[in-house]
Amino acid sequence: MAIVAQTSNLGKIFWPALAWLISIIFFFPIFWMVLTSFKTDADAVKPEFLIFFKPTLENYFNMTDNYDYWRFAINSTITSIFATLFSLFVGVPASYVMAFNPTKNTKNILIWMLSTKMLPAAAVLYPMTFITKNFLNIYDTHFLIILVLCLINLPIVIWMLFTYFKEIPKEIIEASRMDGVNTWGELKEIIIPLAWGGLASTALLCFIFCWNEAYWTVRLTTNEAATLSKLIEGNRAPEGLFFGRLSAVSSAAVAPIVILGWFCQRQLVKGLTFGAVK
Amino acid sequence: MAKLKIKNLKKSYENEQIIHGVNLEIKDGEFVVFVGPSGCGKSTLLRLIAGLEEITEGEISIGDKVVNEIAPSKRGVAMVFQNYALYPHMNVYKNMSFALRQARMNKDEINRRVKNAAEILQISDFLLKTPRSLSGGQRQRVAIGRAIVREPDVFLFDEPLSNLDAALRVNTRLEIARLHKRLGTTMIYVTHDQVEAMTLADKIVVLNNGKIEQIGSPIELYENPLNMFVAGFIGSPKMNFLNSKTLTKNISTIVKGAKREDIIGIRPEHLLKTTYTKSIISARLDLIENLGENVLVHMILNNDDQIIAKMNTAPKEPIGTKLHFTANIKNLHLFNKK
Repeated sequence: MAIVAQTSNLGKIFWPALAWLISIIFFFPIFWMVLTSFKTDADAVKPEFLIFFKPTLENYFNMTDNYDYWRFAINSTITSIFATLFSLFVGVPASYVMAFNPTKNTKNILIWMLSTKMLPAAAVLYPMTFITKNFLNIYDTHFLIILVLCLINLPIVIWMLFTYFKEIPKEIIEASRMDGVNTWGELKEIIIPLAWGGLASTALLCFIFCWNEAYWTVRLTTNEAATLSKLIEGNRAPEGLFFGRLSAVSSAAVAPIVILGWFCQRQLVKGLTFGAVK
Repeated sequence: MAKLKIKNLKKSYENEQIIHGVNLEIKDGEFVVFVGPSGCGKSTLLRLIAGLEEITEGEISIGDKVVNEIAPSKRGVAMVFQNYALYPHMNVYKNMSFALRQARMNKDEINRRVKNAAEILQISDFLLKTPRSLSGGQRQRVAIGRAIVREPDVFLFDEPLSNLDAALRVNTRLEIARLHKRLGTTMIYVTHDQVEAMTLADKIVVLNNGKIEQIGSPIELYENPLNMFVAGFIGSPKMNFLNSKTLTKNISTIVKGAKREDIIGIRPEHLLKTTYTKSIISARLDLIENLGENVLVHMILNNDDQIIAKMNTAPKEPIGTKLHFTANIKNLHLFNKK
């Protein structure tokens, strides 16, 4: 008891304080970005307007009027949604097979899939650009972006789903086979309902990754399929440092995903910490 | 209802052979228990019958049909799993009707069968509850109900009682026995618990290392075990095994024709306390366990082997005293030491 009392006295002050401190450190840049987005480009670099300034929506109007924000936003939405759906479409059957009918190579396949994430993206930049531009003629198309987003997220999607599916007791699957379900029925009636939490959080995480992806979306698009990452990128260097405008674009780009994440955080935490099945 | 026939059945995983050529015939309506220590292949054998494992060699037929290549759901078997394996996202009614819905049976018939099974098992009140809100015993009944509604030819039970606590286990055991009487369906039941085997079975199949050691009625196995494995496995406490050196008399005078290297087996309940001159063994009193209705007397032989006698009253002698025992000749079992 004595030990518990001692730690709890210290813990009551110390740990919450530390948690707050860390949260503030993480949150501050975002706060600063949002704050700056309401400043004019001129005000943004002046130290006297650090905290107290005259807020303006000029940057946001500028963004929607002159930079076609909505087109980028729609591209981001389309590519993220379709890439997520397609990843699940491929990932669910793949992880189903590996979880319930494993062979001695299943572990190797999983490791191999993960190993594709270890390859530096820059290493394949040239072949990717060259092939998509000159041979396949799909450079700067939604199709290409969806394909690329899907491919880079598939290993994570499969790994996550594999872990969730593994959580389902084998006997339940066997019982359903005794009860006469076919493979499709097994997925539809048993596995998807049981792994629903895991599926939802996998889809959400995949969507977030797709939305935030910048390396490929910036480099494989020029205009047609350009996403919000490209918009931010475009507002960065060429015309000098327009902090107000850049902040507004960035805020507008992260806002949808932050809002989505906020509403789904319970689902996400529940899914990521497992234990939703039994 | 159907008879079941297993012909020279073999099962291997990769290079390891689990079932070594099992031959077995089960009559229509018989209650058969597979019993053996863990890893003996009893569950594998059941899963082979269920169709959850692929047959490596040999043949299983249910009724007159060879079922080797037939899907589990088409074999006319229903299985009750050790950990219930209920569908957690469905209520009891949906759990029980799942197989029937898969078979696209008409709604009225499904309803009739589920209601009927629920009544037999006294779970009618839980039909709309989810498995999560039920106790272990209730879940097990739902699992049995899920098997009943299918009206299978053969019921398969895979250690259905081992997740229940002791009191509930006895109850559920009785219920399963009643169920068998009521339905008259062939049942195959796997357990490692010889008490369950003795109380439930018409026929016990004792398995060890993927081979059948003996098949017979409970009383046959108890009275005439073919070998020391069966003798030691059936009955509790275990049969005492005595080699000729530990006997107070020459082995051939106790059992006619017995050789020096043979082993005599005597069940604890068959040891009778007597005087040294009439005795066949003597042992040092070590420990007394009083169970109320009877007493387990643990003793140590002169070669440090332990033996147990089951007696009505505890011996009055102090610990460490030599006690002398004999037994009725018909209760002695002679084994060749392999």
